[in-house]
Order: sequence, then C-alpha cells, then structure tokens
Amino acid sequence: MAAIEEELLIEAGRADRHYGRDLWRFRELLGFLAWRDIKVRYKQTAVGVLWVVIQPAVQTLLLTFVFSKLARMPSGSVPYVAVVLTGQIAWMLFSSAFTGAGNSLTTNAHLIGKIYFPRLLAPLSALGVALVDCLVLLALTLPFAPLAGIGPTWRWLLLPVFMAGALLLALGAGLWICALTVKYRDFRFVTPFLLQVGMFVTPVGFSTDFLPNWRDLLALNPMTAVVEGFRWCLLGRPEPLYAPGLVMSLVTGTVLVLTGFWYFRRTERQFADLL
Amino acid sequence: MASSSDIVIRVNSLAKRYTLGREARHDTLRDALAQGARGLWRALQSRRAAGGPGDNEFWALRDVTFEVRRGEVVGIIGRNGAGKSTLLKVLSRITEPTRGSVALRGRVASLLEVGTGFHPELTGRENIYLNGAVMGMPRAEIRRKFDEIVAFSEIERFLDTPVKRYSSGMYVRLAFSVAAHLEPDLLIIDEVLAVGDLAFQRKCLAKMEEVTRTRGRTILFVSHQLGSIRHLTQRCLLLSQGRLELDGATASVLDRYVRAGEGPGVAGQGRYASIREARLVNEAGLACPGHQGEAVLWLELVVETTGHTESSLECTLTDLEGTRLGLYSPGHFTGWRLPASPGLHRFRLPLAVPRLASGQYGIDVCTTNHGKGPDHYVSQAVVFESASLAGFPAQWELRKDYAAGYFILDAGNPRPVEGSSS
Repeated sequence: MAAIEEELLIEAGRADRHYGRDLWRFRELLGFLAWRDIKVRYKQTAVGVLWVVIQPAVQTLLLTFVFSKLARMPSGSVPYVAVVLTGQIAWMLFSSAFTGAGNSLTTNAHLIGKIYFPRLLAPLSALGVALVDCLVLLALTLPFAPLAGIGPTWRWLLLPVFMAGALLLALGAGLWICALTVKYRDFRFVTPFLLQVGMFVTPVGFSTDFLPNWRDLLALNPMTAVVEGFRWCLLGRPEPLYAPGLVMSLVTGTVLVLTGFWYFRRTERQFADLL
Repeated sequence: MASSSDIVIRVNSLAKRYTLGREARHDTLRDALAQGARGLWRALQSRRAAGGPGDNEFWALRDVTFEVRRGEVVGIIGRNGAGKSTLLKVLSRITEPTRGSVALRGRVASLLEVGTGFHPELTGRENIYLNGAVMGMPRAEIRRKFDEIVAFSEIERFLDTPVKRYSSGMYVRLAFSVAAHLEPDLLIIDEVLAVGDLAFQRKCLAKMEEVTRTRGRTILFVSHQLGSIRHLTQRCLLLSQGRLELDGATASVLDRYVRAGEGPGVAGQGRYASIREARLVNEAGLACPGHQGEAVLWLELVVETTGHTESSLECTLTDLEGTRLGLYSPGHFTGWRLPASPGLHRFRLPLAVPRLASGQYGIDVCTTNHGKGPDHYVSQAVVFESASLAGFPAQWELRKDYAAGYFILDAGNPRPVEGSSS
C-alpha cells in the first residue's frame, strides 16, 4: 500500500477534524451496512416483497374510498386510485426512510460501542432499504399504468430527483430523531406520532391542484412538494408543477436537513458513552 | 537507536471521565425536564456548590502516559474496572478522552469483541464480508483473502448456512478467522481470546504471532489469561483505578500483579444468578491471599440470586495459562441448587486441593443455569500463589514452571511387597 504514514491525533473536542476524510474512507462500510439491511429484509423473498406491497395496497384502497367516494374529490384526467397510489409510493419512501434513520443508532448500538466509524453512516445506510422497497413498489405498479390510461413520458426520468428529495428530508428528520433518541429514550415514540400527523398534512390521498386555498399552507410541509412531484412525473397530467409551493418546500426542507445535520454532529461524540 | 519515528503510539496525560448516576443521565425527556426544574429550584434556594459535580463523576482513566514503538507487543492487565477497556476504547476512537491526547501512526484495527457486526440472519459467507468491512478491511482485500479465511475457520461446509444456526464454537471460529487475517499496522485487542476452544485459540495466537514477527506489526492487548500475556508479550502495563501503576518487562509486572493477591476481580452479571464477590480466606474466614500447601482452600463467595430455582455454582482451578486442572460442581455432583429466595447469599467452600506445584493459579467461578451451561462466568475470580511444598525433608520444590506436573503424587517411599525379593 501507499508508503505515506497516516498520523492521527485524538484529543478532547477534536473528533471533527477528519470527518470528511473518514466519510470517504468508510464509504465501503456504508455500502455494506445498507446491503446488510436490504439482504436481511429480503432474505425470505416472498414475505419480504409481499410486505412491501400489502401495506400500501390496503391504504390506497382505503384512501381512495374516503377521498373519492365519500369526499368526492376530483382527480383530473386519471382514475382517483392513481392519484392515491402515487402519493402512497412517495409517502412510503419517506416514512420508511425516516423510521429507519430515526432508529438507526439504536439498531446499530452494538457496532457503535465496539468500533469507530463516522456515525453518520448509520442513518445514511438506513435509507438504502427504503429506496429498494420503493423501487420494488414502482416495478410492480408501473406495468399497470397503461390500464389507467397513463403512458411513459419524459417526466418519468425526473422521478429520481423527487426520490432524492424524499430521502434527504427523511434523513434530516431522522438525524434529529436518532440523535435525540440516544439522549432521551422516549423520542422513539415520536416517530410514529409524527408520521401519523404527517400523513394528514401531506397530500397523500388528494391532489393540491384542486385545493388552491390550501396549497400554500400545505407547501410549508416539504413533503408536499415531493408528493406532488411524484404525481407530476408519473401521472402525466397537464397541470404544471406549482412553483411557489416548490420553492417554499425547498426552503423548509433545507432548514430541516441542515439543522438535523448540525444537531447530529454536535451530539455525535457522546453516542458511544450514552448508548 | 529508537528514533522518534519509531514511536507508533504516544499517549500523553490521558484522562477519561464518566458521569454516573441518575443525576446526569436522563433516560426520558421528562426526567430531563424534571431534573432541569430541580436544578433551577436548588440554584434559587442557595448557591451552595457543596456536593458539587465530583460526586457523580468517575475517572476511568487518570493521567496515563506511555509510548509504544513499532513492532512491540504490549499486554495490558489490571482488575476489572481498572480502565483497560476504556483505554482501548479511547485508542480505537470509540469514545473521546476528557483530557490529554493520543497520537497514532499507521492503520489501526481494533478487535474489542469477536464477531462485531455479525448478523444472525446472514450466511457465513456474507458475514465474512460484513465483518471484514466492519473491521476496516477493504472489499478487494477481503475477496483476496476469502479462501484463506474460510480454510482457516474449518467451517467450509456451513459457509452458506445462516450464522444463527451455527454452534457457538463455529461462530467464534469464523469470527476469529476474519480477525486473524486483518493486516493493520497497529492491532488493538480486548479480552477476546478467552472464548472459543483452546486448540483454536492457540491457532489464532500462533497466526497473530507470525504476523507480528514477520511484518513488524504493533499489538496492544488486554487479557485476563495471564498465560497468553506471558506467552505473547515482552512488555506489560498494569492499570489500577485508572492509573498506570507499572510499565515494564512482562515477567516482573505479572509477578507483582499476582503477588499482590490481585486478580481480575469480579465484574458483569448473569441472567439468573450473579457472582458478586470472590476471595480466598483461611479457616477462620479472614482474607488470605496465598496457599501454603494446605489440603483445603477456603473460597468465600457472595452470590446474588433472582429467584431462579435451577441455578447452581461451579469452580474451576486453572493454571492461568488456559489449562483447567480441576472442577467443583455441586450441581452435577450432588444436585445442589442455589437458594430459591432472591437476594445476596454468602457461601464458604472448602475446596480440597491436591498439593500443588508452587506457582500461580486461578479459580474461575461461575453460576450455572442447570442444563444450559454457564450463566455468569467470572474468569479468574481469584488468583493466588501456591507456596513451596513443606513436608519433604530434602527441601526439593516442585515448581509449576518445570512443566513436570501440577501436583505432587505422594506415595511415600516405595514399599517392597512381602516375599517378592529373591
């Protein structure tokens, strides 16, 4: 290997110095951790895939019934179920990534107590499972798109941008939760609560295009832009993306991610002592 | 000769403080708020700083300074709670020091546990990759050494079986094999050699020895197996209550450690019953660090029970090098069980021992969960020195390190059989 001898200085309060370098050096471990989680999840393949499908399928049916049949919300040029399903896929991606990242330090507590790695790898690697689940879900639903009169368009190519958005938001929120959970164990119970509330303030079961009075308020929730983005990409409806909402979501989302990162880094050094 | 560039570890006035107790740690947010309110109330009441922060503080390391040169193999010993593990954790960057500094040179790998990162659902093959990555081996290196690791572990047949179906022996073998193939410049090892079967332990030690000898690797390692410390290291650090008590040639440090009647001591706990105290006493119950060749060794134990009815005790006499010399197991001998009532129980065991060769010995004590093996295992709960053997007129001494035997087979002088001489 290289003849260059690395020197490492360990001192109180100095853990940050090599953070960037360490992240790069441990990139393979990041891959392995994500791979481990995915592998374990899909170990019993039939059950793994089934589980990914059942939950959104049932919820999609329920939401379609509530919003379309009971509330009689419009859905534009596509069947209502397509509106809900796209919302569901986006929401599932976020919620499972958020849950995973939020629990990542406690599920990896054992590793954290025994080896060094930049702790950021734990929440980051948790995003992998959510992404794979989402891809499986897309692969299983997209073939049925023509049945709803939806054909592939160039917009489908932009979907990864919104998927990345969902993952980033999940990471930001997850960083807050996992760092807080290390210190205050009861933050574990916050995640399901937040997700429940989030589901109502995110347009999962309806489209904001038909709620002009509410959409500015809803845009404060950065997931609104992601969900609407998924619809815009996949459904191919004529309505354009609502730009002011997108900008607003971008701002709140950035704040969430940056503060999450800041708080995580600030508390990171004590993780091993507290877990 | 030793230029400063030869120094690979430089530890300077290292100190680590842990804050103990309820006061400082809030397990729930409510606790934190309540604590904050209480603190505020107290601050309002008076400014008395008495009972200050010192109360809940615990210095796991205090002012530890030492240097290690390239290629040195250094052992670290001390009672449980002396700060050995904390030192290794600071050196491995798992936890931050409170004061002082450490400068490390070269690629560091730390092995604080066997099989860190193993996932029970994954197969042996997958776990080799995962564990390798966790230990800091690049993927290309794992791939290159894969066959060697598998061959070393001797579990080829089970490579594609999930690790959860492995016996504990197989699990340890696989984990050790990965560890034995690490190639860092600096290897930090905690008490990991204590598990696994003896033959395989020896194989790993041999492999690690080979690695150090041929490639000038530096090893720092904690062990309660004084035998492996003696065998592997030339230099030894003795920690006591967070301080570096002694730093010198292994033989002299070990000698002093054992002579002081110290042993690793008792730590940890079991699921059903835990050993809380273990010491050697004399017949009157007074502490007695040595053994002068009496026929009975009095061992006093304090055991904490939880109300489990199937627990018993076991003691194993060892030579401190890993050889087990004798077993006391009332659970198996007579079906004895620990009291079913939860609480602390004190026992005095008169262990009938043969006349031991002079030298150092240890007694492992464990609680057993009947039929399911050890519950709380305390390796070398006591160590003691057996003095030379009185009673032989010739003053000849059988010493353990002659490797001629562990105890005297005394038959007096050979007696001629009547009428057999012709």
